[in-house]
Amino acid sequence: MKRVFVNEKWCLGCHLCEYNCAFANSGVDDMVKALKGKQINPRIQVEGDNNINFAVSCRHCAEPLCVKGCITGALSVKDGVINLDSEKCVGCFTCVVSCPYGAIMPGDNGKVAQKCELCLNNSCGEPACVTGCPNNAIVYEERG
Amino acid sequence: MGIDLFYPEYEIVRDQNRCIACRVCERQCANEVHHYDNDLNLMVSDTSKCVACHRCVSLCPTRALKVVKSDNTFRENKNWTHDKITEIFKQAQTGGVLLASMGNPQDFPIYWDKILINASQVTNPSIDPLREPMETKVFLGKKPDKVERDENGQLVDNLPPQLELSIPIMFSAMSYGSISYNAHESLARAATALGTYYNTGEGGLHEDFYKYGPNTIVQVASGRFGVYKDYLETGAAIEIKMGQGAKPGIGGHLPGEKIVGDISKTRMIPEGTDAISPAPHHDIYSIEDLHQLVHSLKEATEYKKPVIVKIAAVHNVAAIASGVARSGADIIAIDGFRGGTGAAPTRTRDNVGIPIELALAAVDKRLRDEGIRNHVSIVVGGSIRCSSDVVKAIALGADAVYIATSALVALGCHLCRTCGTGKCNWGIATQKPELVKRLNPDIGCEHLVNLLTAWNREIKEIMGGMGINSIEALKGNRLMLRGIGLNEKELEILGIKHAGE
Repeated sequence: MKRVFVNEKWCLGCHLCEYNCAFANSGVDDMVKALKGKQINPRIQVEGDNNINFAVSCRHCAEPLCVKGCITGALSVKDGVINLDSEKCVGCFTCVVSCPYGAIMPGDNGKVAQKCELCLNNSCGEPACVTGCPNNAIVYEERG
Repeated sequence: MGIDLFYPEYEIVRDQNRCIACRVCERQCANEVHHYDNDLNLMVSDTSKCVACHRCVSLCPTRALKVVKSDNTFRENKNWTHDKITEIFKQAQTGGVLLASMGNPQDFPIYWDKILINASQVTNPSIDPLREPMETKVFLGKKPDKVERDENGQLVDNLPPQLELSIPIMFSAMSYGSISYNAHESLARAATALGTYYNTGEGGLHEDFYKYGPNTIVQVASGRFGVYKDYLETGAAIEIKMGQGAKPGIGGHLPGEKIVGDISKTRMIPEGTDAISPAPHHDIYSIEDLHQLVHSLKEATEYKKPVIVKIAAVHNVAAIASGVARSGADIIAIDGFRGGTGAAPTRTRDNVGIPIELALAAVDKRLRDEGIRNHVSIVVGGSIRCSSDVVKAIALGADAVYIATSALVALGCHLCRTCGTGKCNWGIATQKPELVKRLNPDIGCEHLVNLLTAWNREIKEIMGGMGINSIEALKGNRLMLRGIGLNEKELEILGIKHAGE
């Protein structure tokens, strides 16, 4: 299955992926309308310092601790992609504390969690962080 | 601080209605133009630091930024222009020699734009390159005077070493040091993929790039940086740099602060020492001296590699080229006054040298008149900007062309002409690791391959239109060219007729 991989060698720490992510998941068709004046809460986050940067998003683990810990069955694995059903999520945030990568976080309203679903469930169709990366530091590919 | 005499030449215009304060512009500007103002809750820009490199404009996700030329103006006239006035201000404040980057920007004629290309109509058929074969392969090097046969009538292989190019375009010399590791890797990989050559420049060859040797031209310049046996043996050809179009008669100077780590190792000089290339080669004061160096290099590489001698296009270039041809060189590279540079004295860049079009026409004619045109191939550079420039250069007599500025533009360069600051926001003319990594060679190589593939398609299309199916048949075919708006003397030097004749 194709996953999002990050090559820290080419990550510039520009944070464009965060904004592209926030826009892609906003449901709004214009980036200015979607993000102007708002604090973004993206599902991918750039970590690092002045020397090295890398973007972190859900790894879609083969044995995901978040899914194991989910008390309501809101998190499920479908075709290798870990999806979150916000209708079922009760906001206990067990997943948030159990994810070793810090890749799940409370959503905008603070009541349910949110995570990267590879832009398969929004209007993008392919990961917006990947298509918007100016230096090919984030790639969406099959790896053995 | 005194009086600030300078008003910024460029202004950043930010559409605050579109700016989402993502701060990408701030993070991407090495000149620290942009910052977020916590009191105003807005992004603000200090226009005075902007070099118009367009990094922020290109990366702004909402198109909220643009760079415009300032309309602040002196009471200038044709004699006292903005540039002349500000240059005096600068020198009055610093007492220094003015430095500038890239090629001659002055309003001299660009002959490429005053030459028109022919096409077939009725009496000779044009060729469709999509349906019929079209040859863009060329061989560079000395060609034998005659066909020789042995006592059995078999052909004797008397062909001196040649460079084989799939397209008549090579990447010209840019040293590691003046441009970044990633820029070099992009060029090396692209040259390999395209079946052509790139040139190390005078800074030696990084050990990681020895594997691209078959597509590398190694340069020997007056500083002799990084020159040793393996270096010479690795390259497909050796180029002796006598001059550079942007600064004929001038040497080079890479400041000590740029001689760090791998650059120091590759150039084989201690860290922190200035890399000074003398204006002349201190062992070359005549054609005979050049002959010695050409043959020393051939001896060192067992006569297996062609030797290129690169000269700047200056007033008596034809006579110089004739001498170079007789020195044993296999290829002459001529660099016109619009050729780029990381840094040159402004006065030299703007006033020294001649256009490559005239130099090429003069050299080709001179060598033909003297019956030695086949002793050398001619490669020209110094602002080849597009495929039609390539076609015109070949029809004027060139065997191939060198491009460098066009290649850098393909890598992202916006010709902001501040290479000397070492703060290239596009990761090209810099050695700062955080800037160098902005140029991912995967992307750089792809862009270069795309550019030359596109040019090659256009060259085939234009040749087909003329009814010509190989570069070989176009070479020196000046009947395919006509001048427009040129005077008798210019036409005579270019060896072409005026449009309508």
